[in-house]
Amino acid sequence: MSKVIFSNITKRYPGVAGATAVDRLNLTIEEGTLVTLLGPSGCGKTTTLRMLAGFETPTDGTITIGGRDVTNVPVNARNVGMVFQSYALFPHMTVRENVEYGVRLLPLAKGEMKDRVDSILETMALAQYADRAPARLSGGQQQRVALARAVVTQPKVLLFDEPLSNLDAQLRERMRDELRAIQLRLGITSLYVTHDQSEAMAISDRVVVMRGGVIEQDDTPLNVYSRPGTGFVAEFMGKANILRGTVETVDETTVRVRISTTVAFTLARGPRAFRPGEAVRCVVRPEHIRVDPDGAMEAKVRRVVFQGAHVEYLTEIEGQECVFLDSDYYRTGVAEVGQTLRLSIDSRPVWILPETETASMGKAA
Amino acid sequence: MTLASQATPSGRTAAAPAFLRNIVVDPWLFGIFAVTTLSVLVFAALPIFTVLKQAVVTEHGFDIAVLISTLSQSFVWESLANTLLLGATSALIATAAGFLLAFSATRTTMPGKIFVHGVALLPIISPPFVMALAVVILFGRSGLITRELLGIRNANVYGFHSLVLIQSLAFTPIAYLNIRGMLQSIDSALEDASASLGASRWTTFSRVTLPLVTPAILSSTLLVFVKSVEDFGNPMLIGGNFNTLAVEAYSQMVGYFNLQAGALLASLMLVPSMTAFLIHRYWVSKRSYVTVTGKPSAQTIRISGAVVVPLTIACYAIVLAILLFYLTVIYVSFTRLPGVDNTLTTAHYVTVFTAGFHTLSNSLLLAGIATPVTAIAGMLIAYLLIRKAFPGSFLLRWGTLLSFAAPGTILGIGYVSTFNAPPLLLTGTAFIVIAAMVVKNLQVGIEAGSNQLRQIDKSIEEASTILGASNTRTFFQITLPLLKPALFTSLSYAFTRSLTTLSAVIFLVSANWTLITVTILSQVETLKLGVAAAYCSILVFVVLAILALMQLVLNSTSKR
Ligand SMILES: Nc1ncnc2c1ncn2[C@@H]1O[C@H](COP(=O)(O)OP(=O)(O)OP(=O)(O)O)[C@@H](O)[C@H]1O
Ligand SMILES: [Mg+2]
Repeated sequence: MSKVIFSNITKRYPGVAGATAVDRLNLTIEEGTLVTLLGPSGCGKTTTLRMLAGFETPTDGTITIGGRDVTNVPVNARNVGMVFQSYALFPHMTVRENVEYGVRLLPLAKGEMKDRVDSILETMALAQYADRAPARLSGGQQQRVALARAVVTQPKVLLFDEPLSNLDAQLRERMRDELRAIQLRLGITSLYVTHDQSEAMAISDRVVVMRGGVIEQDDTPLNVYSRPGTGFVAEFMGKANILRGTVETVDETTVRVRISTTVAFTLARGPRAFRPGEAVRCVVRPEHIRVDPDGAMEAKVRRVVFQGAHVEYLTEIEGQECVFLDSDYYRTGVAEVGQTLRLSIDSRPVWILPETETASMGKAA
Repeated sequence: MTLASQATPSGRTAAAPAFLRNIVVDPWLFGIFAVTTLSVLVFAALPIFTVLKQAVVTEHGFDIAVLISTLSQSFVWESLANTLLLGATSALIATAAGFLLAFSATRTTMPGKIFVHGVALLPIISPPFVMALAVVILFGRSGLITRELLGIRNANVYGFHSLVLIQSLAFTPIAYLNIRGMLQSIDSALEDASASLGASRWTTFSRVTLPLVTPAILSSTLLVFVKSVEDFGNPMLIGGNFNTLAVEAYSQMVGYFNLQAGALLASLMLVPSMTAFLIHRYWVSKRSYVTVTGKPSAQTIRISGAVVVPLTIACYAIVLAILLFYLTVIYVSFTRLPGVDNTLTTAHYVTVFTAGFHTLSNSLLLAGIATPVTAIAGMLIAYLLIRKAFPGSFLLRWGTLLSFAAPGTILGIGYVSTFNAPPLLLTGTAFIVIAAMVVKNLQVGIEAGSNQLRQIDKSIEEASTILGASNTRTFFQITLPLLKPALFTSLSYAFTRSLTTLSAVIFLVSANWTLITVTILSQVETLKLGVAAAYCSILVFVVLAILALMQLVLNSTSKR
């Protein structure tokens, strides 16, 4: 019904010669799912979202909602809801008037109008604030008014542009879960923009990692974290060690990669083809490395940062940097700079990337 | 090579629809834009260009000989020189007086600041020639001071000296408000820092305070200069043989029916006005060191003691002079025949409300119509310029700027010559008077609206459109209510100016539609000073009452 498809969408802003904000983007948002656009500042997330809203016109390509081409449909005729970063509540109206605003523009009977508004205010726990001005609400309450106002018109698609960035850390997590719960309950197709990777993973059905106007990877939260398509995605989705190595042997089910004289992994091969002797990169998350007196790997400590729950070590393994966390320090003691540690790596979650990246990398995963 | 040849066609083909889409998306708003722009061009730009054309082209076509013969007449250059001399002198004196008031009010322990502030604002809300009237009454041939007090028989009040006095006093408030705003927005921490480094009070003043307010001083000088060039009422009443361009243009037009000379003189007015205006807009205002935050920053008053005494005396001299002039006008409005028969009477008011009632109600009606039109159009144009980049926006921007910068005289003459034949036969109608009032006062609303719009989060309007509202609805239901402070600024300004304006409308009034300011002028000319004073008093009273009412409405609606 309201599946969203971006086909070959390109956006160049006039006047900014040569700069392409979004470059031939193809993206599908399945009915009822929440897709997050994630990426560093300036990568084109907001631009993509605003093209779906209709605030920006694509330079090229088409956008469809539920099979209808909306590329040239004006904003107010798209039936799309949006929660803004600044909430953008109408300051001269009460909470009820804010929520009512969009409903009044629908061809509804008076009674139904009131029912809808009342029920959404109830759902969002806003009934008692209905007659307040938005300025006299807390940040979280304002956020809920913004959400209520966006969904009360029953839009086909719901858009969020960094909706939680104005909230403090604790409230942020709570609101994040609330947003997701309501999205699931209403089953509304949603596009969510953020640059916080943990927020993206927590809230989404799919995470789309963007960089410089193109999609790096479009995948489930689990996959973008544990099976990153590119080194960029691996590093953007949290701390990652990218260790260079060489393929030693390949058989039916496994591949063996040597990182250094003391370190080698044997991994499940997956769908990819590897040649013996091929140079590769291994993505190793810090949490999969631990201090182990019996470990095969030797690492020289370069920096030690005590962080309370754990100690973060920056070490060197035959010229390659490797970061890991030790949460067992109270038993083994904290190592000092210059000391050599023996480590072991849980090789099951290690992910192998080719030496060089190609444009099709994201899709290979 | 291949990349470039691929990129260009796709960029080009899509650019045209995107460019047109702005229009297609909201045909209503584009329609409003088109109508507004066309109106501004017809009622602001066209009349001015008509005058410029008339100045060089007669009914026999362009004739350099006619132009040269007009230009070689001494009155042209004399009135130009007079205008510049008067403008420069008034600008310097008014700015100095304005600075004195502003500095004393913000930086010293001068007593009675509210009183000083209140009186200093009086000239802003009244027609400038209230002062001229007062001067005639006080210092004229049968003046209350010259003859009654000093016994001087043939005092000559007319001429340059009186004009300078009047304009300086009348325009001091402009400089005062301007400089005061700047002084208030300078964080006094800067001055404290200087003082804490051991600088003397004089060093702090001359090395820190003065450089910081220099932009405001320059800007005030230019603004007063423009005002003085534009002023018609005072030079007309008090100038005597000292003719300025505005007066000379009027007498050529109305006295000698010399259209070409009138147009030429009016066009000459454009030179100093536009020059000062452009310098102000593109040079002075860019050189402000102070970022105006909208909130006055922390102010500590630290100048006290002996220095305050001379400052206070000077300030009080200025405001008492202003007050004396206004009280004189009120007193005379209740006097049978000032200087001859000083018995008190309400006869003049009776005259105003009987014989003069037509004028009074005309003025209120026309200003009453022009005011909301000006204010709403100002907000609308600000919205169109700031939020919607329709193709052709620059026409709108420059059209309104031109009408603001151009003196009223050229606008008035332009209206008479542009709208005197079908399809735009408007002379003698109420419409032409209202149009002149609107066009002349539009820019203040546009400026206030634009500044406020820049501070309103754009996504509030986006939220409205994405909820299904058209741009037109969004403007009226969301943007306009949020622009309320700017709207009220514009309403107050438009009302005050529409009711007190003279220089443009004097060319446009007719037997059916006449205005109070024009009537006052003719009453003074025929030395019916009592009636003129009664009109002035009523005018000031009405303006004050309406302003107070608006403030009340604004305050009561912004409480929630
Ligand atoms: N109105 C505009 N005019 C010109 N260039 C723009 C405009 N808006 C965005 N850009 C440019 O387009 C690119 C993408 O911007 P966009 O706002 O989509 O990034 P973003 O991913 O949302 O970044 P952030 O995380 O900082 O919000 C940037 O290089 C930006 O400078
Ligand atoms: Mg953004």
